[in-house]
Amino acid sequence: MKLEIRGVSKTFQSKRGSLTAFDPIDLDIREGEFVCLLGPSGCGKSTLLNIIAGLDKPTRGEVRVDGRVVTRAGTERVMIFQNAALFPWLNVFDNVKFGLNMIGVAKPERQIVARRYLQMVHLAEFERAFVHELSGGMKQRVAIARALALNPDILLMDEPFGALDAQTRDVLHDELQAIWSNTRKTIVFVTHNVREAVVLGDRVIVLSARPARIKQEFVIDLPRLRQIESYAVVDRARAISALLKEDTHASQRDVAANVLHELEAQMVGDDVL
Amino acid sequence: MLDQKNIARKIIFFVALIAAWQLLAASGIAPEYIFPSPVGVAQTLARGFANGTFLIGVATSLQRLLVGFAISAGAGVLLGLALGRIKLLDETVGALVLGLQALPSICWLPLAVLWFGLSESAILFVVVMGALLSITLATEAGIKNTPPLYLRAARNLGARGWKLYALVILPAALPAIITGMKLGWSFAWRSLMAAELLSASLSWGLGHLLSFGRDLNDMNQVVAVMLLIIAIGLVVDRALFAPLEARVRERWGLGAQ
Ligand SMILES: Nc1ncnc2c1ncn2[C@@H]1O[C@H](COP(=O)(O)OP(=O)(O)OP(=O)(O)O)[C@@H](O)[C@H]1O
Ligand SMILES: [Mg+2]
Repeated sequence: MKLEIRGVSKTFQSKRGSLTAFDPIDLDIREGEFVCLLGPSGCGKSTLLNIIAGLDKPTRGEVRVDGRVVTRAGTERVMIFQNAALFPWLNVFDNVKFGLNMIGVAKPERQIVARRYLQMVHLAEFERAFVHELSGGMKQRVAIARALALNPDILLMDEPFGALDAQTRDVLHDELQAIWSNTRKTIVFVTHNVREAVVLGDRVIVLSARPARIKQEFVIDLPRLRQIESYAVVDRARAISALLKEDTHASQRDVAANVLHELEAQMVGDDVL
Repeated sequence: MLDQKNIARKIIFFVALIAAWQLLAASGIAPEYIFPSPVGVAQTLARGFANGTFLIGVATSLQRLLVGFAISAGAGVLLGLALGRIKLLDETVGALVLGLQALPSICWLPLAVLWFGLSESAILFVVVMGALLSITLATEAGIKNTPPLYLRAARNLGARGWKLYALVILPAALPAIITGMKLGWSFAWRSLMAAELLSASLSWGLGHLLSFGRDLNDMNQVVAVMLLIIAIGLVVDRALFAPLEARVRERWGLGAQ
């Protein structure tokens, strides 16, 4: 098994008390598998990815990659953040070379590798551009090139296409599927978009509202390259949406209740003053 | 269009100001040694540059300023980096820096003269105390305000050790550092002028030319040197720091201030 998540739970401590993001979660992901995580907002998806990346520590349990326990960030597991997180002081080319520089790849090779991945995401002619000159979709593609250039075994993608328009997203879906079939990386992909999950995933895992647990798994065995508006995709998505809806309502009620609580607390506080 | 109108307004204002000044001076309400005329000041400026005293003055002051500023910038960024990253240091030395910042740097002159004698080192010390603290505090603030996402992304891409500091933490704080440098530069300039005015026995900086003009009752020289001091301060701020700051803020996606 490529990636083993064993009894991982996470509790955040703050002044207002503790908050359990998710209950012990167990999940196995095979080498070369494309797994999509779906779940209501705030259930702990990003936290789980961060733990896999080694950027966050689990409160309990452990994550193993190729049988070895993850203790810190490592370039064999690269995360693509929701808002790209490119470095604005570097141009596109230098952003893509950044990781290669960090792991000590020689300069000439850095250039070759970075060019190759920039071509793959169709941004070769933008290599001298700076981050503020790129559109949202272009930034996301640079972030993908930057991650792929390190040739990680595992790609962790946190709602990478969440902020994009539908057209750009469709193009990137095709590109990502192509990249994945060429490189056979293990991918864990977080999204709010059920159809996106069905288009991309071998497996779609639905998490419950906080504290999250795995509610149900769906194996998606549709042939690739999948299109987001195809009947088969829409059909599969419908079943998953229904399941997700129950919890989203619950979590929205949760949010509403929290807001009320806060308001009440504030009003009480004002009275005291 | 708007820009041109703006510039035209400014030119008209300053031409009118100088004309009024000339009229007032020519009307003879006060003798030349109390109220100099623009023409007299212009003549003094031309003479001062022709015989080299002003050039030497400008060069002497700029040299002191550059040395003092370079020391402040280097030490300030390092100190700010340390304060921004090491909590214990921040709670101790950070409080000290904040306290010292409240002291106008010219107040260091008596101490500096006791330590270094009335020398170049004493002036340099005052200049450094003027610029160092604001650069330190700005750097510290920049480092503390670095979006954590940059650090996560960098660690995720394998950055650690000195490379993390040199290639991520410092560049991320650069907009704040440049703002601090701009502030530090103007503090250094003020401190230098104050120190030169109060240490007239040393060689000829602009501050000395100013106090020399007073000793000679030569108001033309006093005003001419004042104009030079304003000009240098403005040119460095407008031609060097302002464009640099604007460019960095744009690139870092911070927009105009
Ligand atoms: N550093 C933190 N300190 C305290 N609580 C946190 C912290 N990070 C996350 N949380 C809480 O943990 C829960 C899960 O957060 P997380 O970001 O993992 O959610 P998510 O599933 O990614 O949500 P979304 O879909 O909206 O991105 C949230 O309730 C959040 O408030
Ligand atoms: Mg999230």
